[in-house]
Amino acid sequence: MEKFTPIESRPAPLVEVGIIGWMRRNLFSSIPNTLVTIFTAYMLWIVLVPFLNWAFISSDWFGESRHDCTSGGACWVFVTVRWNLFMYGFYPEDSYWRPNLAFILLIAIIAWLSIPNLPFKKWVGIAAITIYPVVAYTLLYGGFGLDVIPTHRWGGLMLTLVLALIGIVVAIPIGILLALGRRSEMPVIKMVCVIFIEFWRGVPLITILFMASVMLPLFFAGGTDADKLMRALIGIVMFQSAYMAEVVRGGLQALSKGQFEGADALGLSYWQKMNLVVLPQALKIMIPGIVNTLISLFKDTSLIVIIGLLDVLGMVRQALSDPAWLGYPAEGYLFAAFMFWIFCFSMSRYSIYLEDRLNTGHRN
Amino acid sequence: MKSNNRNGLTRLIYNPTARSLFFQAVVLGGLLWFMLTIIGNVMTNLETRGISTGFGFLSQPAGFGISQTLIEYDETFSFGRTFIVGLLNTLLVSALGIVAATILGVFVGISRISPNWLLRKISMVYIEILRNIPLLLQIFFWYFVVLQALPRPRDSITFGEAVFINVRGVFVPKPMAETGFTFYAVLIVAAIIGVFVLGRWAKRRMIDTGQQFPVFWTSVGILIGTVVIGYFITGRPISLEYPELRGLNFRGGISLLPELLALWFALTIYTSTYIGEIVRSGIQSVAHGQTEACRALGLNEKQRMNLVILPQAMRVMIPPMTSQYLNLTKNSSLATAIGYPDLVSVFAGTTLNQTGQAIEIITMTMLVYLTISLSVSAFMNWFNKRVALVER
Repeated sequence: MEKFTPIESRPAPLVEVGIIGWMRRNLFSSIPNTLVTIFTAYMLWIVLVPFLNWAFISSDWFGESRHDCTSGGACWVFVTVRWNLFMYGFYPEDSYWRPNLAFILLIAIIAWLSIPNLPFKKWVGIAAITIYPVVAYTLLYGGFGLDVIPTHRWGGLMLTLVLALIGIVVAIPIGILLALGRRSEMPVIKMVCVIFIEFWRGVPLITILFMASVMLPLFFAGGTDADKLMRALIGIVMFQSAYMAEVVRGGLQALSKGQFEGADALGLSYWQKMNLVVLPQALKIMIPGIVNTLISLFKDTSLIVIIGLLDVLGMVRQALSDPAWLGYPAEGYLFAAFMFWIFCFSMSRYSIYLEDRLNTGHRN
Repeated sequence: MKSNNRNGLTRLIYNPTARSLFFQAVVLGGLLWFMLTIIGNVMTNLETRGISTGFGFLSQPAGFGISQTLIEYDETFSFGRTFIVGLLNTLLVSALGIVAATILGVFVGISRISPNWLLRKISMVYIEILRNIPLLLQIFFWYFVVLQALPRPRDSITFGEAVFINVRGVFVPKPMAETGFTFYAVLIVAAIIGVFVLGRWAKRRMIDTGQQFPVFWTSVGILIGTVVIGYFITGRPISLEYPELRGLNFRGGISLLPELLALWFALTIYTSTYIGEIVRSGIQSVAHGQTEACRALGLNEKQRMNLVILPQAMRVMIPPMTSQYLNLTKNSSLATAIGYPDLVSVFAGTTLNQTGQAIEIITMTMLVYLTISLSVSAFMNWFNKRVALVER
């Protein structure tokens, strides 16, 4: 008897596999779907092609003045000739190394802390919150033999980063304290924290900045005119710490009561309980919220333009009013938008990565 | 005995009630001291600067014009009136923004989970780009880049000589009430009430008998029918006042300022990215088993959406949606950056500069936003309790 050999299975029909099959499934699965695809592709075509042409293909990148913009597309010369202004504001040119050094140090610290499996994280972390602020302040502002550079000369991206960083570093501890206060069983402390949080969350940042610039000077004895940047910073920190408090509260609330009781039953002290049981779990839940707050803080720093401080957006606006460069608002605003976008987008990606890495599979 | 006495103080330190009382007293005392210092400083500072306190300034004549007023206003009205005008303008742009952002956001959110790959990716890119750019920058972009690129009034883009678009804004015909308008209005109100009654009746019938009634299309039919047929029956009670080019600008009709348009567009687009994500996660939060159960029960696509998926998705969506509406209202205060006459721009801006009453004006402005926020969140808490899932 002949041994049975099955004939080889035929390959799947061409229209079901590969790129054609994919397109049939995802783009042309039904008549309405096909219409949507054609319409969307057409819209994309008429928007994207002229834009890419304007921004990249027929654009000018290098030159000295507006006369170097000859090809009819975007005039990126507007940005390139003012690159330093957009980055540092009116910071003296021979001192650019100071903010540069401060930011390189910061990036090194952040990299050290965020790359997994590097040693001495604890000590680096302690140095970052004790020694680094002093170093950075000295570098940026002056003292210890360095020239003092008053804050009204700070500007550009540097100012945005300084505001966002100080804002977040100060807002997190205040936020944690407020959140703990709101969960406290002492009525006075709870009430004070609730009022504080709800007040700052209930009003727009712009009114807080107005308040900081017109009302705050009246609060100090002798009507001292505190530094403008300082006043804006106080407003931003108050605003963000209220939001941070709600994020922390959400994280603490998400933990089941059994975790606290379990830690108590094991005889852990308050700080052991917090460090070994509560915070590792709560932090994981809080990370998306903290990063979202950080992103909105970063975007909110742009509002200081309204009270006359010059961050990236402010510098761009000032450059746009330069009579020698009238008529390039699109280039200027797109550049500023790109600057903000790149920071916010990378932060949101990092938060997603962190969430995945810390996800120990308790949910789902 | 003696050791007990020595431990009296120690016992007091470790007594939770005593400790908590002590801490609260310290906090309260510190807070009071802080407040008193600030009030004292403010008083002396105001005195040295010669600023009088009080709300008397509200009744003084304002002496400046406002570019968009929903109620009667000119230079002779009081500073108090500027507060109302600004507040109404804030509410106008917030309402416009909320409606448009909801429509756009729902569209974006549904596109995010559409079976069409291209649409899905485009809406993702839309969200990721526009959500990560500061709102202020987007407002500037619309105002200084897009709207400034429109033609001058003489070369307006026009639709049937009724709607004109130019660098000064958008001009649309203004409906004017003629004789018979009251009757027409009554007719429309009656139709709306009728639709509500119909909806309640249909729902009761569905609960009693299980039979469904096409409420949506019947209601649309009734409303459109009343509006169109009633218009002719009552003798055309509405006439249109068309905008006309006179000199350098348009007169008549309703004009939408470029400031309003820029603010409205930016608020709409920025908020729609957040609403889109809320809608997407709301729909995705309904377990897949619900869809399968609907199929098993033989419900069709539309019934499944309307009767099973949406009611459950709504419960997840409404709280974050409300907080987005609140954010939009608060964000509308960025109007001051481009000079749209909202509350902050008119009252905390111009009026403050004219009178110098910083404390009173900033407090009033903050109180307005605070009232809106707190009343909406109080309502939300009540609503959440009502719709919360009763878990067993």
